[in-house]
Amino acid sequence: MSNENSEEKPLLQVRDLSVTYEARRGAFIKRSEFIHAVKRVSFEARKGTTLGLVGESGSGKSTIGKAILRLAPIESGSIKYDGQELTGLDESAFLPYRKRIQTIFQDPYASMNPRHSIASIVAEPLKVHAPEMGKQDRKDRVAELLEKVGLRADSMNRYPHQFSGGQRQRICVARALSSKPEFIICDECVSALDVSVQAQIVNLLQDLQDELGITYLFIAHDLAVVEHICDEALVMELGEIVEQGPTDRLYRSPEHPYTQSLLDAVPKMPTLVGSDQI
Amino acid sequence: MLLDVQDLTVSFHSRDGVNEAVRGISFGLEKGKTLAIVGESGSGKSVTSMALTKLLPPKPMCQVSGVARLGGKSLLDLPEKEMRSVRGKGIAYIFQEPSTSLNPYYTVGSQIAEALKYHRDDVSDIGKEVVRLLDQVGIRDPENRAKDYPHQMSGGMKQRVMIAIALACQPSILVADEPTTALDVTIEAQIINLLRDLRQRLDMSIILITHNFGIVDGFADDIAVMFRGEIVEAGPAEKVLVDPEHPYAQALIKCIPKMGAKRERLPVVDYSKLEAG
Repeated sequence: MSNENSEEKPLLQVRDLSVTYEARRGAFIKRSEFIHAVKRVSFEARKGTTLGLVGESGSGKSTIGKAILRLAPIESGSIKYDGQELTGLDESAFLPYRKRIQTIFQDPYASMNPRHSIASIVAEPLKVHAPEMGKQDRKDRVAELLEKVGLRADSMNRYPHQFSGGQRQRICVARALSSKPEFIICDECVSALDVSVQAQIVNLLQDLQDELGITYLFIAHDLAVVEHICDEALVMELGEIVEQGPTDRLYRSPEHPYTQSLLDAVPKMPTLVGSDQI
Repeated sequence: MLLDVQDLTVSFHSRDGVNEAVRGISFGLEKGKTLAIVGESGSGKSVTSMALTKLLPPKPMCQVSGVARLGGKSLLDLPEKEMRSVRGKGIAYIFQEPSTSLNPYYTVGSQIAEALKYHRDDVSDIGKEVVRLLDQVGIRDPENRAKDYPHQMSGGMKQRVMIAIALACQPSILVADEPTTALDVTIEAQIINLLRDLRQRLDMSIILITHNFGIVDGFADDIAVMFRGEIVEAGPAEKVLVDPEHPYAQALIKCIPKMGAKRERLPVVDYSKLEAG
């Protein structure tokens, strides 16, 4: 899925990004502690490619995804999207970027309102980003989106609890696609799924990329999946990027000991590797 | 045979009708061996393990039939009072999400002590035994960590505490139900290594329930693959992994993303074909 035209400007350019959370501790005497979740991180994502972001829990990988969408307090640094500096934009100026940048989260159970029908869940971004759209147009668009992610159009009248985990994740993908984004942040979007369902969603994401040229920031802790889907990857440890590069190079000859230790932790599958099952 | 299950059937009855979660499955487990039950969500693997110690809803919501023998004791018609001694001592469980299995209001030490109080009359110094158990599951500085509350520990450490609670009862079978699914790869590797090490040291039998063939390989002696409530493939691990006969088992192995594989499409399980066949 790599883009031949690597000369073009990166879609997303992050420079020296730092994110600090403030935690208030103490019952009577309040004191503040600062947690440096992300420390001076720089990277770029090229259009139409998939950039992997790997690391353990607490390494700051989700925080980066949140910072791009202004869901985390940015302390310093710059985030340039399509040439435009995003930090410092006021909320109304930022709104168009919420349309262009969408996100899919880990838990398809927690990321949908159980009282809303699938139609209203998938159409929600349309209501915000395309308010001029008529009711029937919106319905047609939802039907089209559901079919695109491999569900039947008449699913729109049903509710989240009537779907399995894999189907729900497809609905989340449809919702993310509804505003026609160029960039999707996939935050551990296949980690909670069964291996068999995971394969379906990974294939779906790849098909959509081939068809629509979407750029992904793929946050995950499963290195095998990242190798499978990503052109390049960043390895994070304790808020810092310790290594980055094309996935082939990163997996073949990791330079940082932390990357090595992550690779060592992948299940070895001694029987399967070397058998013709693989 | 330590555990012998014959023709186990579990069905749930509700207003919407009958749902047969487990349909007449049979399997056995020898002492000191590890059996992996592999299947996806809804295949009935967890229900199978919970039926063994009556952790399912009572009749008439849930009907269990068949035979399950643990060391000669017939489990399925055991009265509740005797079942309490099987739970913990006979079969102990660790579940997927350690943070929901632990009580946030009590220190981890006191939660391990609770298991000791109920199941171990032979322990005189409970505090000392708690520290020994925490040490056994690889928690550093166990004297002080025993005073920690669950929220002060990481996911991997909480899962170690869950294993310590299970081991406190000295079970003959440890059921590990998706023990690493909620954990990072590095922590997953640690927990699997810990289970491997404990199995050897304590000569314990393990039933590993998972959807991921990746962690089964190199860990299980035998594998049973479940699909829609039935065991579709069973046998020694090498046989099932290298030369699976059932198309579902084949598909499930093929769809694991492998390291070193290039960016091709992942093979998926073709359910329509399976249902037709």
